[in-house]
Amino acid sequence: MSLIEREIPGVVMTPDNIRSKKLPVVTNVLVAVAAFVVAAAVVLGLGIGNWVLVVVLGAALYLVGLSVVAGRIEGRRAARNRTMKSLIYAACLLAILPLASVVWTLISKGAARLDGDFFGTSMNNIGARDANGGAYHAIVGTLEQVGLATLMAVPLGVLGAIYLVEYGRGKFAATVRFFVDVMTGIPSIVAGLFILSFWVLIVSPWFNDGQPRFSGFAASLALAVLMLPTIVRSTEEMLRLVPGPLREGSYALGVPQWKTILRVVLPTALPGIVTGVMLSIARAAGETAPVLLVAGGAAAINMDPFAGNQQSLSLFVYQQAGDGSKFAPDRAWTAALTLVALVLVLTVSAKLLARRNKLSR
Amino acid sequence: MGDNPSRSANATAGDLGMTPRHARGAGYGSSPSNFNEPPLGGGGVLAKKSRFSIETGFRGLSTASGAMVLVIIVAIAVFLISKAIPALQANNGDFLTQFEWAPNDARPTFGIAALAFGTVLSSIIALIVAVPIAMAIALFLSHYAPKRLATPLGFVIDLLAAVPSVVFGLWGRDVLQVPVRDFSLWLNEYFGWIPLFGGDGPFGQSVMLGGLVLAIMVLPIVTSLSREVFQQTPGMNEEAALALGATRWEMIRTAVLPYGKPGVIAAVMLGLGRALGETIALALTLSVAFDISFNLIENGGNSIAANIANSFGEATDTGRGALIASGLVLFTITLVVNMTARAIIYRRREFRDNAA
Repeated sequence: MSLIEREIPGVVMTPDNIRSKKLPVVTNVLVAVAAFVVAAAVVLGLGIGNWVLVVVLGAALYLVGLSVVAGRIEGRRAARNRTMKSLIYAACLLAILPLASVVWTLISKGAARLDGDFFGTSMNNIGARDANGGAYHAIVGTLEQVGLATLMAVPLGVLGAIYLVEYGRGKFAATVRFFVDVMTGIPSIVAGLFILSFWVLIVSPWFNDGQPRFSGFAASLALAVLMLPTIVRSTEEMLRLVPGPLREGSYALGVPQWKTILRVVLPTALPGIVTGVMLSIARAAGETAPVLLVAGGAAAINMDPFAGNQQSLSLFVYQQAGDGSKFAPDRAWTAALTLVALVLVLTVSAKLLARRNKLSR
Repeated sequence: MGDNPSRSANATAGDLGMTPRHARGAGYGSSPSNFNEPPLGGGGVLAKKSRFSIETGFRGLSTASGAMVLVIIVAIAVFLISKAIPALQANNGDFLTQFEWAPNDARPTFGIAALAFGTVLSSIIALIVAVPIAMAIALFLSHYAPKRLATPLGFVIDLLAAVPSVVFGLWGRDVLQVPVRDFSLWLNEYFGWIPLFGGDGPFGQSVMLGGLVLAIMVLPIVTSLSREVFQQTPGMNEEAALALGATRWEMIRTAVLPYGKPGVIAAVMLGLGRALGETIALALTLSVAFDISFNLIENGGNSIAANIANSFGEATDTGRGALIASGLVLFTITLVVNMTARAIIYRRREFRDNAA
């Protein structure tokens, strides 16, 4: 007995039915209509829910009904294929809903306070009943902290990647590489606690008459800890993509290795390295927890990152979200919109830069 | 995953040893079998490298930068432990089993059990919701969607992975809370006999809300990692499956999923690490409670990171030490999760290199 006879018994092989049967679109639509009608009847008839439940139940019934009907017409395997495909499409639709809602809320609520006052003033002397107040101090803080963190993390990260690619051999390099990967997953709050117990509680009293002191610099230290592994990883990947013959050519001309790295390898990999750095900056700019723990937040403008509390945009969002004033949510959403705009500009330009990168896998 | 260097780069990068071992470098090609043999070439007559050169300095500098990573990891552990010990000694309860967090009292009492439970529970809910959907989207992007749709959609997913968590937290509190509360009421009315959905309310700021917000946050990360893994499936394997008459789903089940399994596991573990360490999104969505409860819909829930963010402001010295001790526990949990994930990826990389 051949396979086809077992699958669909009693069918004579003719040119017409040797091709597998397809589910007609009309049947598909009919199943959908029937599913939603039944769902509406059940839900509204029994009064156990509203239209949301109708849609959910209808979709579930449609998937079940489709697999049964398709199983009768197309055979078991084709029906399974169809069901999985519908499930995958349904999951995509399901995921798009909340993500679209995030974007929509961000834009619609964030536009409320998008005015010059918001970008030009701080929260100094703004009471619960004042509708104005802005995020100038937070923007300054974010830029200073992220800038300092970049200044610390980039040289360290690039040199570390150079070690891993050009010099590192054997067990020690493998250990370093492994822990760079592990360090990528350190929670930001742990980095914040580390800088709190190391810098704020132990080192900062030396400069401040024995009193521990919050500062923007401490926040940038924590952000640098978070940026370092990302920069090492992306730079390492880019350095590995630099073709070996370029290095060999340089060595053949008698150029020492360090000069080869600085003058040949790094410039070749530069666009890719910049991309990685920008992505890590974008991630650091959005971190809230470390700033909360070591910079403390502030209402007034503090231009000096080395002394006293400082605010950052993400911390501003968090603090305004917890504020009881009825004007606080508007400020929080506008600050969130500003933060997302900053992060997205960095990310998009990094991705566009990566697209122009000539080194590729 | 991109961590696979091309053959030629691997064979030559930095391994020529020209300057530091110049004499050997010149004879390198003549005696590849044994590096200890005296080189056959004329390397011996070339200038010996000086003892202190820029080369030595640069090599030392970059080695030190590489070692910095290890130094930082060790320093994190050392400093957290050193600040946690005084608080743990002042603790009047058992740190592992006490269901209370009162380190600021005159008689400080605190325990990690409820916090650790809340951390794991919210992360597991997030993964249960996010992973199947993320797999489906990854498969859609890699094997179902036409390329013109898949490329921009993948780009958007990457952008969403970059959105700061505080934004998701704010959205969860201001927008998602209402539908979740309605859904909780509905669940409680019809499925209240299941302990997970029992209780008398109030509902809304629950573990379910926190878990859903976490799920929406880890979704883009798990999706973009799994998509890369699925895209790397060898075309030959897929074509072989199709040539044997497999439908598209059978091809995915027999060729794509087995090949991508270790990568997907690693992606899920990385998502888990992200969810475990998430602070602000949970601090904004959960309402504080210090007990172990499987009830998903009643107000409550807590996590280590959210507790640190919430109670740091009014912490005394002991309180700060207690928070640092809880951070140490979180550090250990995430370290274990990440090291497992990395070990899986590394094993897979060896496998792939040998197979290639």
